Amino acid sequence: MPSIHFIHPDKRSERIEASVGDSVMQVATGHGIDGIVAECGGNAICATCHVYVDESWLARLPAMSEDEDELLNGVAAERQKNSRLSCQIKVTPELNGLVVRLPNRQI
Amino acid sequence: MTQIPSLDLDPFSIEFFENPHPVHEVLREAGPVVRLDKWNVYGVARYAEVHTVLNDPLTFCSSRGVGLSDFAKEKPWRPASLILEADPPAHTRTRAVLNRVLSPTVMKQLRGSFVAAAEAKVDELLAKGSFDAIPDLAEAYPLSVFPDALGLKQEGRENLLPYAGLVFNAFGPPNKLRQDAIERSAPHQAYIAEQCQRENLAPGGFGACIHAQVDTGDITPAEAPLLVRSLLSAGLDTTVNGIGAAVYCLARFPDQFARLRNDPTLARNAFEEAVRFESPVQTFFRTTTRDVEIGGARISEGEKILMFLAAANRDPRRWDRPDHYDVTRRTSGHVGYGSGIHMCVGQLVARLEGEAVLTALAKRVSDIGITGPVQRRFNNTLRGLESLPITLKAA
Repeated sequence: MPSIHFIHPDKRSERIEASVGDSVMQVATGHGIDGIVAECGGNAICATCHVYVDESWLARLPAMSEDEDELLNGVAAERQKNSRLSCQIKVTPELNGLVVRLPNRQI
Repeated sequence: MTQIPSLDLDPFSIEFFENPHPVHEVLREAGPVVRLDKWNVYGVARYAEVHTVLNDPLTFCSSRGVGLSDFAKEKPWRPASLILEADPPAHTRTRAVLNRVLSPTVMKQLRGSFVAAAEAKVDELLAKGSFDAIPDLAEAYPLSVFPDALGLKQEGRENLLPYAGLVFNAFGPPNKLRQDAIERSAPHQAYIAEQCQRENLAPGGFGACIHAQVDTGDITPAEAPLLVRSLLSAGLDTTVNGIGAAVYCLARFPDQFARLRNDPTLARNAFEEAVRFESPVQTFFRTTTRDVEIGGARISEGEKILMFLAAANRDPRRWDRPDHYDVTRRTSGHVGYGSGIHMCVGQLVARLEGEAVLTALAKRVSDIGITGPVQRRFNNTLRGLESLPITLKAA
């Protein structure tokens, strides 16, 4: 199983075993990662599953859709160039070891 | 192949509306799919099947109507919605337009005024002390922010709630609720049609933003008024019942109100949990576009399936202690706003309104007491109250 590392704003790190095919958002909410709210449940509406993807992983992620790009303009924390919505990142075997940082707020 | 159990019950009767929860349990426990003989439809009441139907819009379509009436066999009571009653690819284009109008970025701009209006409303009600939480808060607050955000004129706003009540009654079967609503609908329909026109919508509002997308070529001049109509149909009564549900929950469960007062940042989740717990929008239908197997049962093409969103939101297969209102629950995944491509496009407005009202209550009120008989309002789709007499004590 691929593992995903979630790093909280206080630098605490959690490593979670993820099922291939789930989204990174589902991995987080399924394991009680509080920093991911995901109000809309993964339907790309609410922008409350914002993450900062570790720079070294950025290029290996699926490309960002226009919708996701537009939603990221509405995130509560500062948008940075490595900002993504975790509901739009599907777990694949190639993403084993992915590191994402959680923003200080989602709402 | 699983035998589909037939149930002899009417999920659109007054007796059912008075206490739907035991019947929801019967529906869930009978099987993953049930047959409802009264209206010749199939029903799904478990979370898994409701979620499956919502997330497979090509098999379970909306273009034949999301009420009992099958648009392939019957003329819709009003011109069909371009978004609610549409399938991809047509739906994809109109949905993108409304997504832009009601985006997280737009909500950031509205937040300040919505919060200020909620604080003013709660202060006014605290001064009053005792009042009816349905007209004076659950209706008054959305009416004080949403029509302005849309850009509606002042005159005629008294038509908004009756029109919305009509729309949601019309999804039901041809029972008395639906017939009475349609019989009385002419003046409300005329008002709505008029307000959807570009010249009647103030600049900067949601309505004007929809019409502006005619200029960019995203929609045609004929489509814009119908998309404005969607916001007038579904943008007000839903939040009225959502806020009413939340206040009713906090009044009934003082331990939960105490937790909210202790940490007002729970307000948004407390509202969300009320939407799960009460499910202001109880049901929607889909129509099968092909023979399909779901939950081990075979359903033919052209059949109506009734999704019990409220029952899914309390399915013990999905939720821990589902019959408890818990302001700290992880609510993500509930289907109170639906799920998939048709998931409520105005959900961010609803949450903003709910959060604003509950935050104001949490910060300013120490006690919410129910002081008189609670009366239910009956509608074929919406669940909510007619009257909730309460007294507030200042914190």
